[in-house]
Amino acid sequence: MKKIRKENSAEHAAFLRKERGKTVFTVAMQILLLLTFFLLWEFLAAREIIDSFIFSSPSKMWSSFLSLSESGELWRHVSATLAETVIGFLSATAIGLALAVILWIIEPLRRILEPYIVVLNALPKIALGPIIIIWVGAGKGAIIVMAILISVIITVINILNGFLSVDKDKILLMRTLSANKMQVLCKLILPANVSNIIAALKVNVGMAWVGTIMGEYLVSKEGLGYLIVYGGQVFNLSLVMCATVILTLLAAVMYFAVLILEKLVKR
Amino acid sequence: MKEILRLENITHRYHGKSGETLAVDGLTMSVGEGEFYGIVGPSGSGKTTLLSLLAGILAPSSGEISRHISPQEIGYMLQHDHLFEWRSIEDNVTLGLEIRHSKTEENVRYAMSLAKKYSLGDFMKKKPSELSGGMRQRVALIRTLALRPKLVLLDEPFSALDFQTRLNVAEDVRKIITEEGITAILVTHDISEAIALCDRIAVLSKRPARVKKVFDVPMKKALSSIERREDEAFAALFREVWKELEFTDEKDTKGE
Repeated sequence: MKKIRKENSAEHAAFLRKERGKTVFTVAMQILLLLTFFLLWEFLAAREIIDSFIFSSPSKMWSSFLSLSESGELWRHVSATLAETVIGFLSATAIGLALAVILWIIEPLRRILEPYIVVLNALPKIALGPIIIIWVGAGKGAIIVMAILISVIITVINILNGFLSVDKDKILLMRTLSANKMQVLCKLILPANVSNIIAALKVNVGMAWVGTIMGEYLVSKEGLGYLIVYGGQVFNLSLVMCATVILTLLAAVMYFAVLILEKLVKR
Repeated sequence: MKEILRLENITHRYHGKSGETLAVDGLTMSVGEGEFYGIVGPSGSGKTTLLSLLAGILAPSSGEISRHISPQEIGYMLQHDHLFEWRSIEDNVTLGLEIRHSKTEENVRYAMSLAKKYSLGDFMKKKPSELSGGMRQRVALIRTLALRPKLVLLDEPFSALDFQTRLNVAEDVRKIITEEGITAILVTHDISEAIALCDRIAVLSKRPARVKKVFDVPMKKALSSIERREDEAFAALFREVWKELEFTDEKDTKGE
């Protein structure tokens, strides 16, 4: 990338000012939108235009949040869900990457397994819930397995596609330098697919949350998914909303962590 | 001249699901040590197949290839530079050494001296995207030469460059190869390029490829490729090679 000269013209300074103005405006509007949403919600609930028993309200969610954190419950639930998601996310990515590498190396295996992978990808993994519970037991294990299952197949497919789309002529070049298959893998295929693998990470972050929360709906005794189901059953909508907002924040934080990782790797 | 490579009655077929294609049919040629040998043919005449056979990447269906050098001593330069964007220029240049587990201090020093000699010394820490097309192609050549090949196969290595760059890079490559005393086989569909660079030119027929005729290039080897283009013998030879290629096409269409 070329650096812009230090001694900028007045025209360029004006351009920069305008660009900065645009950014400030966008961020301000984003914050305003969120504030308006919550304030309107609170206002409508306070005026009893909407039923706060069904819709809850920001202030009720806040008191839910406070009572949860005072009793120490909050951290227990958050850490349970967080641990399941992170473990599910990391193992799904590692297993998916390993499988993709194996399928790339052993071409006949790839041909044989292709239809099975396609069918497994089409299968809604939630249908396997009962089977997983019976096999793994109704606990954290089942939740993690669910989180892995939901993203591992699509990880294999996406990463393998990336491997296979590496320029054939680059492979020919490696062969003219008398590289063996492992060298082609380590020196060409993997480095050429770094951004592809990071794209898979981004997809998997979201998938891991889906798998974990679904797993918690099915079996758990703790976690944010459990709080949501429990809150729904006892009609405590403030608890449901509060857990949902926390979930949203955590998912966002994890996604941004992957974005930061991407920036570090691509530098 | 000592012979470095000889093809005797080579035939090669490609097998696909819809049938087989005869790509090379009864091809015979001989390349001498230190020679710059050109192969010109109409597009789709199996030139790249021929190079793969020479390099030993493909095995011929029948016929005999005798190489007086080991396959390890053959370097290959492709149409595109295929520099790896995630490696610095230095690491691209030493890629071959790394793969062959011969990245010794001495070999790296040799590669760096080549880079310096051909004015790439200041760019060793840069990324490929920071270099111009002509420079990138020079890096690709040095990546090949770092393995100290005795024979270099050039597969239309200039065709991805714009015309101006193309003339300069072609001259650079010719100079480097001649100075290092390496034998080269250049495959191209550009007649003028072949005449400007080569000592001998073999004209291939349409597919299946056979050698139709071999021309000796009369210009002195000491002349640069640009000077060769200005030589009066250039135009005459160009016409002859052109006719030979054209005749190939006519005969084949009549035959069908």
